[in-house]
Amino acid sequence: MIKLHSIKEFEELSKKIIENHDSKKHIISLSSGTCGHASGSIKVEDALKQAINGYEDVIDLKLTGCHGFCAAEPNIIIFPEKIFYKNLKPEDAPNIIQSILKGEIIDNLVISENGTKYNHVNEIPFYKLQKRILTGNNPLIDPTNIEDYIAIGGYKALVKALSMHPQEITEEIKKSGLRGRGGAGFPTGIKWEIASKQKSDVKYIICNADEGDPGAYMDRNLLEGNPQLIIEGMIIGAYAIGANKGWVYVRDEYPLAVENVTINIKQAREMGFLGKNILNTGFDFDIEITRGAGAFVCGEETALIHSIEGKRGNPSQRPPFPAQIGLFGKPTNINNVETWANVPKIIENGADWYANIGTETSKGTKIFSLVGKVKNTGLVEVPMGITIQEIVYDIGCGTPNGKIIKAIQTGGPSGGCIPQDHFNLPIDYESLKQAGSIMGSGGMIVMDEDTCMVDFARYFTNFLQAESCGKCSSCREGTQRMFEILTDITEGKANDASIELLEELAYVIKETSLCGLGQTAPNPVLSTIKYFKKEYIAHIKDKKCPAGVCRALILYKVDQEKCTGCGVCKINCPEGAIIGELKQPHLINQDKCIKCGICWDNCKFDSIIHEI
Amino acid sequence: MSIEEGFIDKSIKKHGNFLIPILQDIQENYKYLSEEFLIQVAEKLQIPLIDVYGVATFYQSFSLVPKGEHIIIVCLGTACYIRGGKKIVDVLTSELDIEPGETTEDKKFSLETVNCLGCCAIGPIVLIDGEYYGEMTPQKIIKLIKTLKREKK
Amino acid sequence: MPKIKIDGIEFDCPEHWTILDAAKFLGINIPTLCYHEGLSVWGGCRLCIVEIGDDENTKLVSSCTFPVQEGLFIRTASQKVIKARKMILELLIAQNPTSKVLQDLASKFGLKQIRFKPKWESCIYCGLCIRMCEEQMMAKAIGFVNRGNKLKITTPFDKNSEDCRRCGGCMYICPACTLRCEGSHPESVLCNGCYNALQPTCLDVYDNYTCWMGLKGDCGTCVNTLSNQKINHKKEL
Repeated sequence: MIKLHSIKEFEELSKKIIENHDSKKHIISLSSGTCGHASGSIKVEDALKQAINGYEDVIDLKLTGCHGFCAAEPNIIIFPEKIFYKNLKPEDAPNIIQSILKGEIIDNLVISENGTKYNHVNEIPFYKLQKRILTGNNPLIDPTNIEDYIAIGGYKALVKALSMHPQEITEEIKKSGLRGRGGAGFPTGIKWEIASKQKSDVKYIICNADEGDPGAYMDRNLLEGNPQLIIEGMIIGAYAIGANKGWVYVRDEYPLAVENVTINIKQAREMGFLGKNILNTGFDFDIEITRGAGAFVCGEETALIHSIEGKRGNPSQRPPFPAQIGLFGKPTNINNVETWANVPKIIENGADWYANIGTETSKGTKIFSLVGKVKNTGLVEVPMGITIQEIVYDIGCGTPNGKIIKAIQTGGPSGGCIPQDHFNLPIDYESLKQAGSIMGSGGMIVMDEDTCMVDFARYFTNFLQAESCGKCSSCREGTQRMFEILTDITEGKANDASIELLEELAYVIKETSLCGLGQTAPNPVLSTIKYFKKEYIAHIKDKKCPAGVCRALILYKVDQEKCTGCGVCKINCPEGAIIGELKQPHLINQDKCIKCGICWDNCKFDSIIHEI
Repeated sequence: MSIEEGFIDKSIKKHGNFLIPILQDIQENYKYLSEEFLIQVAEKLQIPLIDVYGVATFYQSFSLVPKGEHIIIVCLGTACYIRGGKKIVDVLTSELDIEPGETTEDKKFSLETVNCLGCCAIGPIVLIDGEYYGEMTPQKIIKLIKTLKREKK
Repeated sequence: MPKIKIDGIEFDCPEHWTILDAAKFLGINIPTLCYHEGLSVWGGCRLCIVEIGDDENTKLVSSCTFPVQEGLFIRTASQKVIKARKMILELLIAQNPTSKVLQDLASKFGLKQIRFKPKWESCIYCGLCIRMCEEQMMAKAIGFVNRGNKLKITTPFDKNSEDCRRCGGCMYICPACTLRCEGSHPESVLCNGCYNALQPTCLDVYDNYTCWMGLKGDCGTCVNTLSNQKINHKKEL
């Protein structure tokens, strides 16, 4: 690893690397993030390596971060043609190599939507409406090799920044309109300005990679696939604010992200982008990585700070803000992973370029994790202002199984749901807030007619009552009581006053809780009541669950006329709840039945009745 | 059992006097944090024992009891939940006769839930001994457990 | 010295005071539970909340932790505050119905019903015992353990602690165990029997108003606060 001692040395190295980048070879870029591994990409990798044997002078295999199209994992993109092959198996490997050599396309491996086949990445509906300024380079980068990052123009923004005055950089970020991508959407430039104005011998910056929202994994993608982008952003930010030490606080449940960030910090240090006297500019800055330990509340800034300090993750009241008194009592600027990732792009291309993307109040792009009951699940990066309709139906291609899509949920446990008839809403901070939800960190869960909205609200409340730190009575007791009431509703034990009590309780929790977790805890409950009150009333008055989910309100029964007594349901029942002799109609013991539905899934004679 | 001589010192050298990374090192190496371990950490770092105990019990990734031979983690993140993650937990609870957070009497299986592994697009996800299994169904998981049960040591 | 306005009273406040400090100095009674003069501030019970801000975007903050700022506009017993305090108290009593301190507060606030199932727990997690043990008795034998719905206060591993000197300080300071309710109906959750103080009756007639002297708006102190334009209007009618 060459150590760079000046900007000039970097410019020479950058030129050399870009020139040496052999574009004549074919490159098979294999999506190898965590979900790639979970889908079997490692076996595909082994098979491809074997098949390439003998053709190394023509074909290279590159293991990259996630390409974003998770429903198509394991997948590859073949450069320079940009051919996309989906859902690969190890046995596809030899054919792939042969097809590259012959210049052919393997028909059954390309994406097909509604009968039309799409060979090339840019044409695929999933990618077409996206604007992948942050994630688009993932397929070109081996995340364990800093030279790949330099080859695509990496660190040019840092060099530009180091020639600017720190105040100029903060002004540029302000001008761009960048807002915090962690959920609150606070203007990043103003946050930096407050921190830079503090008079202190020591200042810190932190990258919040806790990503606690269940269902959201945008930050995981960036940290696994292109960690240098975030590191570069942090160096620029530290220079602007006047900080000399930074931390990346990564969620413990992301081992690959931790590994890749650690490797990249080391390489950046070895090359001279971190450490003392960076590129001979007199600026010192270094980064340390630290892991979370499984606490959602530690995504909140003051709780995160306490966690690094080795304490319980109890939030503190603000003011004072972390920018004034933060980590170890010093001014600390905390930003989300995606926020840091935007910084090099803004510095490189200019604030005006950035401000031209998006809407009046929400600039730039946002990465969403499009998951749940939708066909094309994955990570989508879209310009602000795109409608929900376009994301769910044009990019996501709608329902995977013919069911009716009911709503989406954004903002995780702090957010709310938006029903189908509001899907023409543009995605921006203000319109989502007005609709009763929030932008959040980017989780977008699609729900269909089989999702019970009351059970969904109960799920979030259950999550929050266990994740609450317990310090303030409104949140600690409030979330437990909301959970109790919602459980009663889902078990058919609630009465007419339940919804009113729930709303009153939700209002007080929202207004009096100490931190963001408590203040937003009622959002899932309030938004489901707002848009889906009918479902609540059905549970309370009719004691029915229209979606067929709430266990106490559904029944699995054997149709005595149709049952052939084959015994398949009895053998597969985990509770031993089905009784019956061979060739005699069977019976389900309702006291033992746990409503898992295995019998219903297995019955070949349509004899199990799922009563809602 | 005590922590081996020098282990905590090595950890302090690597991380500084930061409590959580040191506890994480111990958890990774010994698979749990026993009473004895926590007392040793408190002494070494000169922190009140209740502070160490309070931190060890606050964070979900620390376990104060030994785990079983096979650790089964079911993701109950929102996307996995919507796609039937709860049913997987119910079926495992029934099959293994333990609740999430517990270990079977023969110490063979530990069942846990986690709030999000970040593989939301291919849920429901189950992590068994560090290996990811996507698009899990109640039937598939029962088959997997039965195979593990039949396994000889 | 930041100038604040609290319940209509303009006050030049010493720097580094909290809203609660200012209220106490002026004799304005804000109910507290986890606050104690001799111990560090915790801000967890949420009973001392007050409403700050005089525009549409008012906020409820805990007065024991919020530092005074120039121009801060505070109302200690507006409708929003009373409504929130009642609910918080309802939650706390549902947790621990046998505490006389909580029962007294319920009588004072006119809390008439508890709509949650009583948990019959002993602890309300105010943390006074922990701070007493650490700061006054220098022992640090007990602390918070677990979190959320599993939170509790105990010694390490729930065992007899060598650091505990059996001083009894924790029991002395505890609002839940010091005074047990010995009303005539110990099994019922709320008796409203023992404390017959004045309720803020003005709220029945006026909006967002409180008078701790029970004068129902006749003293003129509160007439000029923004939200009380209605009072003048009603009086004229």
